[in-house]
Amino acid sequence: MPSKSSDTRPGASWGLKLAAFGTLLFLHFPMWIIFLYTFTPDETTYTFPLPGFTTKWFGVALQRADLWRSLTLSLQVATVATIAALILGTFAAAAVYRSNFFGRESISFLLLLPIALPGIVTGIALRTAIGGLDIPFSFWTIVIGHATFCVVVVYNNVLARFRRTNATMIEASMDLGANSFQTFRYVVLPNIATALLAGGMLAFALSFDEVIVTTFTAGQQTTLPIWIFSQLSRPRDRPVTNVVATIVILITFLPIFIAQKISAGSSETEGETK
Amino acid sequence: MLNRISTYFYQRPKLVLALFLTPPMLYMLVVYLGSLFSLLINSFYSIDDFTGMIVREFTMRTYAQIFNIANREIVFRTAAMALVVTIVDALIAFPLAYYIAKFASPRLRTWLLIAVTVPLWSSYLVRVYAWKLILAKEGILSWFIHLFNLTDALDWLLGLPGIGGSSLSLSPIGMFIVFVYIWLPYMIIPIQTALERVPGSLLEASSDLGARPSQTFRTVILPLAFPGVVAGSIFTFSLTLGDFIIPLTLGNSKFFIGQAVYSYQGTGGNVPLAAAMTMGPVVIMVLYLLIARRLGAFDAI
Repeated sequence: MPSKSSDTRPGASWGLKLAAFGTLLFLHFPMWIIFLYTFTPDETTYTFPLPGFTTKWFGVALQRADLWRSLTLSLQVATVATIAALILGTFAAAAVYRSNFFGRESISFLLLLPIALPGIVTGIALRTAIGGLDIPFSFWTIVIGHATFCVVVVYNNVLARFRRTNATMIEASMDLGANSFQTFRYVVLPNIATALLAGGMLAFALSFDEVIVTTFTAGQQTTLPIWIFSQLSRPRDRPVTNVVATIVILITFLPIFIAQKISAGSSETEGETK
Repeated sequence: MLNRISTYFYQRPKLVLALFLTPPMLYMLVVYLGSLFSLLINSFYSIDDFTGMIVREFTMRTYAQIFNIANREIVFRTAAMALVVTIVDALIAFPLAYYIAKFASPRLRTWLLIAVTVPLWSSYLVRVYAWKLILAKEGILSWFIHLFNLTDALDWLLGLPGIGGSSLSLSPIGMFIVFVYIWLPYMIIPIQTALERVPGSLLEASSDLGARPSQTFRTVILPLAFPGVVAGSIFTFSLTLGDFIIPLTLGNSKFFIGQAVYSYQGTGGNVPLAAAMTMGPVVIMVLYLLIARRLGAFDAI
């Protein structure tokens, strides 16, 4: 393996390499299987090898109005939840970074709780609260649910960036006569912009395919994941489901990829991904 | 004007802090903790056996129901699955995490990390669905098993009481494979992070002092990677405890906690029982998080 001259890392044994790349293969091959199955002419079973090859299911899926409604709803929910997470997460990160105050450690803990506790807990908790207050289930109850676990993603990304930002830059800006708003606009924002982008994209991906919390907060609305979930337990439209699954992978892949590229490129000390 | 406002805030850092802190904390405290509190309250209500209505009076009756044999079995079954999945994930994750942290060149490392994190963030549901295709009786895995003449071995495995079933896509074995697969990235990343922090000089010192590579691995690398394993296990354990999608998709009639909660509150309409049932995972996870914090796992997340 090529390595820099300063890099004195030893080579890995063949066993380790095999285990490592075998695990990678294990992580990725199921996604390829879905791509493969979008082309099967078989409507009722998952027969392998595929009995033929067809591209007609893409056209069939495009005609389905229920799918378009679900896709639109999911995109809308994810957009609003991401905006909410960006605002709340950045505020929390700024507060934790700026000052030392009582209970500072608890904030990370509190923000982490919605993803550390099983999703079903968040889901049913929100449902009892929403039900108890007689609030009708709607678009907004879905968004509220999603925002609770999206905040931590933005918070982690932005806080990690703040910690790498040199505080003297902010002082220098103020010393040179910029007011707080100018300093924010010209110094802080450019610094955290990519972290916001990365956090926002991950929050978007997280919200776009969330299903557990959504089943409890959605009422009659059908987000795309809920549509897929209904197909998992009672498969009625197998070929269309294959197409939808592929579309979901494609929609979420790009934001995730960009976000990971940003956080991988911006730091030598990796690890704030989650 | 802006300058005056700026100066005003600059002189009052506490006010600025409060302004930053109030929206997220208000949201988390009111919406999230408020909901958890309402869940707790509901778990102390009960359901009227005749009318099926929720009786809003304090009672321990609902909690008593959790300890009946059927529910005890559900809790035990789920916890056992979560434990086995966690252990197997740790074993599978370690070589890849170790390779990324200690052997891969910086360029390769970046790409490997992306290759691990993309599945972590990409659609959980779609990845479960992929396994429904793979594990199906007529699917690709069976085809391979048939190709290698292992059909008898598979039949024997599926015939085992407790973990067997009619096919891989409808058995605890299938569920186990899917759980391991789905949560694997959550284990790789924290272990990799923990290993990344082990300074190379420490490993050199160990070998300079006469330790064989295997000794260095056992006495230096493994203990230092442990907080990462604990951090990863928070996710694998917690996510398995609360999941109901995978049991509903691949399981049989034997319930898991998430599934039980889902059906109690959905078709059963018994919100108090569902609420009380979720308190199990909550208590387990809060204890787990407190222990994990002491073991230094939070730095590795």
